[in-house]
Amino acid sequence: MTDTVTLSVENLETHFFTKDGVAKAVDGVSFTVDKGEIMGLVGESGSGKSVTGFSIIGLVDPPGEIVGGKILFNGEDIVGAPEKRMRKLRGNRIAMIFQDPMMTLNPVLRIDTQMIETVLAHEDVDKETARQRSRDALAQVGIPAAEERMKAYPHQFSGGMRQRVSIAIALLNKPDLIIADEPTTALDVTIQGQILYETQKLCRETGTALIWITHDLAVVAGLADKISVMYAGRVVEQGGIDDVLDHPVHPYTIGLLGSVPGHNTRGQKLHQIQGMAPSLYSLPRGCAFKARCRFADVFCDQPQEISEPVPGRAVRCCHPQVEATE
Amino acid sequence: MSVFIIRRLMQSILVVWIMSLIVFVGVNIVGDPVDMLINPEADQAEIERFIRDLGLDRPLHEQYWYFVLNALKGDLGNSFIFNQPALKLIIQRIPATFELALAALLMAVTIGIPLGVYAGLNPDYRISKTIMATSILGFSLPTFWVGLMMIMVFAVMLGWLPSFGRGETEMLFGIEFSFLTRDGLAHLLLPALNLSLFKMSLVIRLTRAGTREVVHQDYIKFARAKGISQNRIIFVHLMKNIMIPVVTVLGLEFGGLIAFSVVTETVFSWPGMGKLIIDALHNLDRPVIVAYLMIIVIIFVFINLVVDVLYSILDPRVRLQELKG
Amino acid sequence: MSETVRVAHTHEPIVREVETPFRRFLSDYFENQVAVISLFVLGVIIFIALLAPFISPTNPYDLASVTILDSKLPPGGQSMAGITYWLGTDGAGRGLLSSIFYGLRISLGVGVMSSLIALCIGATVGLMAAYYGGRTDTVIMRIVDIQLSFPAILVALILLAALGKGVDKIIVALVIVQWAYYARTVRASALVERNKEYVDAARCLALGDKRILFRHLLPNCMPPLIVVVTVQTAHAISLEATLSFLGVGLPITEPSLGLLIANGFDYMLSEMYWISFFPGVALLITIVSINLVGDQLRDVLNPRLQK
Repeated sequence: MTDTVTLSVENLETHFFTKDGVAKAVDGVSFTVDKGEIMGLVGESGSGKSVTGFSIIGLVDPPGEIVGGKILFNGEDIVGAPEKRMRKLRGNRIAMIFQDPMMTLNPVLRIDTQMIETVLAHEDVDKETARQRSRDALAQVGIPAAEERMKAYPHQFSGGMRQRVSIAIALLNKPDLIIADEPTTALDVTIQGQILYETQKLCRETGTALIWITHDLAVVAGLADKISVMYAGRVVEQGGIDDVLDHPVHPYTIGLLGSVPGHNTRGQKLHQIQGMAPSLYSLPRGCAFKARCRFADVFCDQPQEISEPVPGRAVRCCHPQVEATE
Repeated sequence: MSVFIIRRLMQSILVVWIMSLIVFVGVNIVGDPVDMLINPEADQAEIERFIRDLGLDRPLHEQYWYFVLNALKGDLGNSFIFNQPALKLIIQRIPATFELALAALLMAVTIGIPLGVYAGLNPDYRISKTIMATSILGFSLPTFWVGLMMIMVFAVMLGWLPSFGRGETEMLFGIEFSFLTRDGLAHLLLPALNLSLFKMSLVIRLTRAGTREVVHQDYIKFARAKGISQNRIIFVHLMKNIMIPVVTVLGLEFGGLIAFSVVTETVFSWPGMGKLIIDALHNLDRPVIVAYLMIIVIIFVFINLVVDVLYSILDPRVRLQELKG
Repeated sequence: MSETVRVAHTHEPIVREVETPFRRFLSDYFENQVAVISLFVLGVIIFIALLAPFISPTNPYDLASVTILDSKLPPGGQSMAGITYWLGTDGAGRGLLSSIFYGLRISLGVGVMSSLIALCIGATVGLMAAYYGGRTDTVIMRIVDIQLSFPAILVALILLAALGKGVDKIIVALVIVQWAYYARTVRASALVERNKEYVDAARCLALGDKRILFRHLLPNCMPPLIVVVTVQTAHAISLEATLSFLGVGLPITEPSLGLLIANGFDYMLSEMYWISFFPGVALLITIVSINLVGDQLRDVLNPRLQK
C-alpha cells in the first residue's frame, strides 16, 4: 500500500446482537479510498452503508459491535482502538456529516459555540483563533456575513444553510477523510446540486478523501470518482464511476440502474426489482440477491467470492453480466 | 412581550379576586367563632358587644366590602386569638417558611439532578435501578409519616438531631435566618430533608427521563463525532437540554413546597406560616385563615407569572415564537 | 412482538394464532415480576378493606370491648382478657391490627370514591372541551390550567376552610382537587382521537353527539386514562391521610389511617413507636402497590414502547 491511500477497509464485519437474533449489518466489506478521492457508497435502506460509515468513525453503539476485519486509516488499524485514540481522530482527522442537519446541531447552543468547541477539542489555541477559524470555514462553504450569523441558533437557519454549517464543522480541522452520510437527502434538489458541487470543489482543493453514502445514484453520478454498491451488508460491485454506471456487471446493479426512470424510457412501464431484500437476521450463506435474480442457479448457493471479470472492477457474483449494456 | 406580561397580570388579578371571594364567603359561613372565643359564662350583653366589635352582625356582603377596602390598605383584620393584625402575624413567619422551602429545594436539586443524570446515562447498572426504585418510594411515602419516623429514629432513638422547633437565628439584611448558626442548621436538617423527599424523587425521575431521551438524539452523536470530550457532552450538551423542563417544573414546585410546608411544619413544630394556618383552622381564627390563604394565593400567582416569563427567556425557541405571534 | 417474514415466491396464506389486544396486554403486564407482586398485594388490601368488619380480630369501635387497661401494649402484648394484640394497642386500648383494617377500609373507600367521581366529571368535561373546541375549550382549559397551577394541598385547604368538616365535605374537596387533572388528560387524548377517521364516519352516520362522545371517542382514550386513574387514586389516598393527620380531614368518627397516625404522634417521644408506625406502613404499602401497578400499566399501554 502506497501512502496515497487514506483509508483501506478490509473485510469489515459489524454485527448487532439483539434478542431477536444477530443482525449482520456489515458482512465482509472491503474498499480503499485514496487521498483526494471521492467514493460513492450506494445501496438501499438496510444495505449496511450507514453502519459502515459509523464503523469507520467508531460510533457503532451497543448492541452493535465490530466483530471482524480491519480499518486501516493512514496505515493504522483503528478497529478496537482505545476510545481516547478514537476521540483524537474524530472531528480532527476523520470527520462525519450526518443526514438531518436539524437534529445534528444542538438546538440550545449557538452555532459559534458548536464550532469553536470543535477546534478547541483538538488544538490548544485561544478562543479568538478558534473563532477566526470558524469564520473562515463558514466563508468557505458559502455563508455570507459569517460574523453575525455565527451568533444565531440552529433553528434560525434554513435546512440548506444548516447542512453547510455541518460541512464547515467537518472541515474545521482539515481532516484527511470525511464520511458524509446522506447529507443531501433531506434537502431540496436545487440546494442539493449546489452542495454537491461545492463539496467536490473543496475536496479537490484540499486533498481530502470523501466517502459519500447515498441511495441516490443520480447524486453519485456527477460527484464521485468510484463507486461501491452494497446489498444486504456486502459490497456486490465496485469500480470507477463511469465504468460501473455505463456497464454494470452485477445483476443487482443492473436492476438498480434499470429502475431509474430516464427520458428515454418514457411511456414504458417502470422497472422494479422483484421481491424484497433478505432479513439481516438470516442472511443466506450464498448470494443474498439470489431470490430476486433472474440469472440465478445452483452455483449461487455457494459463498460468493470476489472476482474481477473486467479490469478495475470487483464483483461478488458467479454470473457477472459482462456482455450486458445499459 | 409586554402584551404577554400584561395579559398574564390581568389574569392573575382576576384569580386573586375570585379566590378572595371563595375564601371569605366560605370561611364566614362555617362554624361560629362566638362559641369558640367567648367565655361560656358571658351574658347576652357581652356577647352582643363582642359580635359588634368584630363586625359579625353586619350582612355578609357588607363584611366582604369592608374586607376588600381594608385589604387594599394592608389591613386584613386582627387575629381572634392573638389579637394582633393577621397580616403582621403571617409576615413575621414568612422567613421561617421560606428558609425551610428553599433548603428543601436546594437539597432536592443538588441531590436529585446528579442521581437522575447518572441513572439516565447508565440505566442498566444496579445502582441506577436502586435509585429508581427508591424514587418510587420517595413520592409514594406520605411526607408526614416519614417525618414522624425521622424524628423517631434520629431524634429519639439515636439522639443525633433535635426533634422540633427552629434553632438559633442570626440577622442578615434585617431578617432572622437560622441556617447561619450551627444550632440552626441542626434544627433545619431533618425538616428540610423531609420536605425535599417528594420533590427529590420527582427531580430524579424527570432528569433520568430527560437524560435518556437526549442521549439518543443525533446531536449528541454528532458531538461525539466531532471528538468532544465526554465531560463536555454531559455538562454542556446534555445539561442545557434537560435543564429547561427541569427548571420549569422546579419553579412551579417551589410554590408547592411552600404549600406543603404546612405538613412538615406541623410535624416538626417549625414556627412558619404553615403551622399558623393549621392552628387557625382548628381554632376558627377566621382573619388569620383568610389572610393566610390570600397571601399564599398571591405568592402563587406571582410565582407562576415569574416562571412563565423566565421560561420564555430560557428557551430560545419559545422566545422566537413569542416574537412572531 | 412482530416478526419480519420475507417471503419471495410463495403464495400460501400463513395462519397464525390470533392474539387479541387484551391478551397481549395481559401477557405484557405479567412480564414484570414486581408489577405482578404489587397487583397481588393490592388485591389483598382491597380484600381486607372490603371485609374488615368480618375479619378483624377485635372491633376497636365497640366501646364495650375496649378498656383503657389494655392501652399502650407493645406488639405481641397480652391483654387483660388474654387476647394477643399482634401489633399492640393505642392510647385508648384499641387493637392496632383491627384499627388498621377499619382504617384501610375508610382510607381506600374515600380515596377510590373521590377518584371515580372526579373521573366521571373530569372525563365528561374533557371530552366536551375536545369535541366542541372553540370558546368552550378555551374557557374550560383556562379554568383547568389555573386550578392545576395551585398545589393540591392548597386547594384542599381552601375548600376545607370554606366547607368545614365531614365525610361528604372531604369527598367533595377531593373531587374538586382531582377533576381538573382528569379533564386535562381526557381532553388531550380526545383531541388526538377526534381527528381520526372513525369520528368522521360516525358523524356521517348522523349519530348524536352524546353517542359519538361516549361510545366512540371515550373507549379509545382509555389507555392513558387507566394509568392516570391509578396514580390519582394513590394521590387521593395520600392527600386524605395528610389532611386527616393535620386534623382538618375526616372527623374522628371515621378514623382513617391518617388519623391513626396522628393519634400516635404524642406517644412517639416515649418510644412507643408502634402506634404511628404500623398504620403508616399499611398506608405506605397501599400507595406503593398502587403506584407500581400504575407504572407497569403505563409502560404496557404506551404505544410508543410497543415492540
